[in-house]
Amino acid sequence: MILSIAKREFYSMFYSPLAWVILAVIQVILAWSFFTSVDYFFSIQSELTTIKNAPGVTDLVATPLFEVASIILLMVIPLLTMRLISEEKRNRTISLLLSSPVSISEIVIGKYLGLLFFIITMLLLITLMPLSLSIGTELDLSKIFSGVLGLFLMLAAFSAAGVYMSSLTDNPMIAAISTFGLLLFLWLLNNSTAADADSNVLNYLSLHTHFAPLLRGIFNTSDIAYFLLFIAGFIVLAIRQLETQRLQS
Amino acid sequence: MSSLISVNNLTRHYGDFCAVNNVSFELAAGDILGFLGPNGAGKSSTMQMLSGNLAPTFGEISINGIDLLEHPKAAKACLGYLPENPPLYKEMTVTEYLQFCARLHLVSKSQLASVCDFAIERCGLGDVRQRLIRNLSKGFQQRVGIAQAILHSPPVIILDEPTVGLDPIQILEIRQLIKTLGETHGIILCTHILPEVQAVCSRVQIINHGSLVYSASIDELLNRQSTQYEISLASSIDIETLADDKVFSAIAQIDEHNFIADTELSAEQLSEYIVQQQWGLTRFAPRQTSLEQIFIDLTTGDIGIDDESMDDQSIDDKTTSVKTS
Repeated sequence: MILSIAKREFYSMFYSPLAWVILAVIQVILAWSFFTSVDYFFSIQSELTTIKNAPGVTDLVATPLFEVASIILLMVIPLLTMRLISEEKRNRTISLLLSSPVSISEIVIGKYLGLLFFIITMLLLITLMPLSLSIGTELDLSKIFSGVLGLFLMLAAFSAAGVYMSSLTDNPMIAAISTFGLLLFLWLLNNSTAADADSNVLNYLSLHTHFAPLLRGIFNTSDIAYFLLFIAGFIVLAIRQLETQRLQS
Repeated sequence: MSSLISVNNLTRHYGDFCAVNNVSFELAAGDILGFLGPNGAGKSSTMQMLSGNLAPTFGEISINGIDLLEHPKAAKACLGYLPENPPLYKEMTVTEYLQFCARLHLVSKSQLASVCDFAIERCGLGDVRQRLIRNLSKGFQQRVGIAQAILHSPPVIILDEPTVGLDPIQILEIRQLIKTLGETHGIILCTHILPEVQAVCSRVQIINHGSLVYSASIDELLNRQSTQYEISLASSIDIETLADDKVFSAIAQIDEHNFIADTELSAEQLSEYIVQQQWGLTRFAPRQTSLEQIFIDLTTGDIGIDDESMDDQSIDDKTTSVKTS
C-alpha cells in the first residue's frame, strides 16, 4: 500500500516537466563544478607529488562536488517537496486517500518514500561523475561511499522538513518558501563564531556539523542517528498535523 | 440482516458553529437513500464524516457493521466515495488513475485489469481510457470520479452530487447506472436536484441546519393520501359559509373563486358533496404534496432552526405533523 502511493508519487514527478528540468539543471551546474575541480587538480598535480600524505583525487574532486551539491540541493529540495501534500489539499485529491483503507501514516510515509526514490535517482546521476574518474585513476571508493551516504541523509532530512511544511498549508509556494527558510537557518546555525556553550548547542543542531565528517570519510554513529532522528521527527510531525486537520478542518 | 450504514447521534462542530447536529439514520442493502438539503445544511459534512475525511465531534458511525472510528481501515474497505469535487490526479491517464485507485482499495494484482475494465465499461469511458484526465471534459471527469467510487464494488457507495456538469443524456445514463448499482449495493445519493431523487431513490432524508427534519420512503411519499383539495367555484360564496360547513376541517381562500380545503372525506365523496350543494364547481384537484413542496416547507419555515435542544422524539413529531398536514 505504502509502495503504491510511493510509486504514484515518483511517476507523477516525471509527468510534469519539473522533475526533468530540475535533474537537467542540477546536472549541468554540478558538471561545471566537477570540471573545474578536475582542472584544478591537474594544475596542482605536480606540486602534490612533492608533499607527503598529499590529498588524493577523491579529496580534491569528489568531496567538493558533494559539498556544492548539498548547497544547491538545499535550494532545490523545497521545490520538490512543496506540492507533496499541499497540492493534494488544494485539489481535494486528498479525500481519495483519506476515504481509502489507508492510514494517514501510510499516506505520509508513502509520499516521502516516493520522494526518496527521486532523490536516489538524482544521487546516482551525481555520483556517476566522480566514478567516471576510475577509468584513469584509482579512487578511494569507501570515501566516495561515505560522501554519498552523507549527501543522501542530508537530502532525506531536507525532504522530511519539506514534507512537514507542505502538510501545514494548501499553498505550495508558502510551503516552498518556509521550507527553504527553515533549511537555510539550520544550515547557518553552525556559523556562529563565538565559542561559548550556547554556540556549541547551536553548532550541534546544525545539519552541516553532521554532514562534514561524512564528507571527510568519518562514519560517526551519532551523526547518522542525528539525521535519522531529524527525519523521523518531521515525518511524525507531518502525520500528526494531518490527523489534527481531520479533527478541525 | 444488519444495516450497511448505521449512524448514531452524529454531531460536528466547527468552533461554535454546529454543522451537523445529532443525526441518526440507517441504510439497508438495496436501498438508495437520497440525502437532501439546501446549501450549507450539513450534507457534505455528513458525507465527509461517513467517508472518514472528517472526524465527528461525537457520535458513532458503522459501515457494514464495522465501527469507522475504531477500525477505520476495515470500515473504509467497504466504502466507495465520490466527493463533491472528484479527486482526480489530472496528470494521469484514466486507466493509470483507476489502477492506482484499485490498488489503494486493496484489489489484488490478478484482478486489477478486469476490475478497471469493468468500471470503464460501466461508466462509458472506453473511448477516453488512454487520455490524460486533465484533457477530459467536466462530464467525463465526473464519470471517472464515479468509476473510482464503484471500482472495487464496495457494499456502500456514497455519491456527493454525481450528476453535476453532465449533459442530459449522461444524466439519464448515470441515473440508470445508480439504479442498477442500487440493486446490489447500498447507495447514499447526496444532491439538491429534487427530480433526481424522485427518479432514483427509494428513500429520502432532508437535512436542514444540521438536523434531520424528514425521513420517508419514496413510495410513502408519492402514494400518500392527499387530504387537501384545491376547489374553484363559479358562484361567489363567502368564506364563512364554507368555514361553517362541518365537512371541511379547515379552509383557506386564495381569491374570489378559489379555495384550499382540508377534509376527512375522500375525493369521491367530497366532489359529490360539493355538486349537491350546487356551488357551481368548476375545478377540483387533490393537492399533490410533491417532494418539492415538502422540501420547501421544511427548509424555508422556522422548523429546525432553533433546535439546539431538539431530540429524536421531537424530530419524529415534526415529521409526522408534516405528513398529516
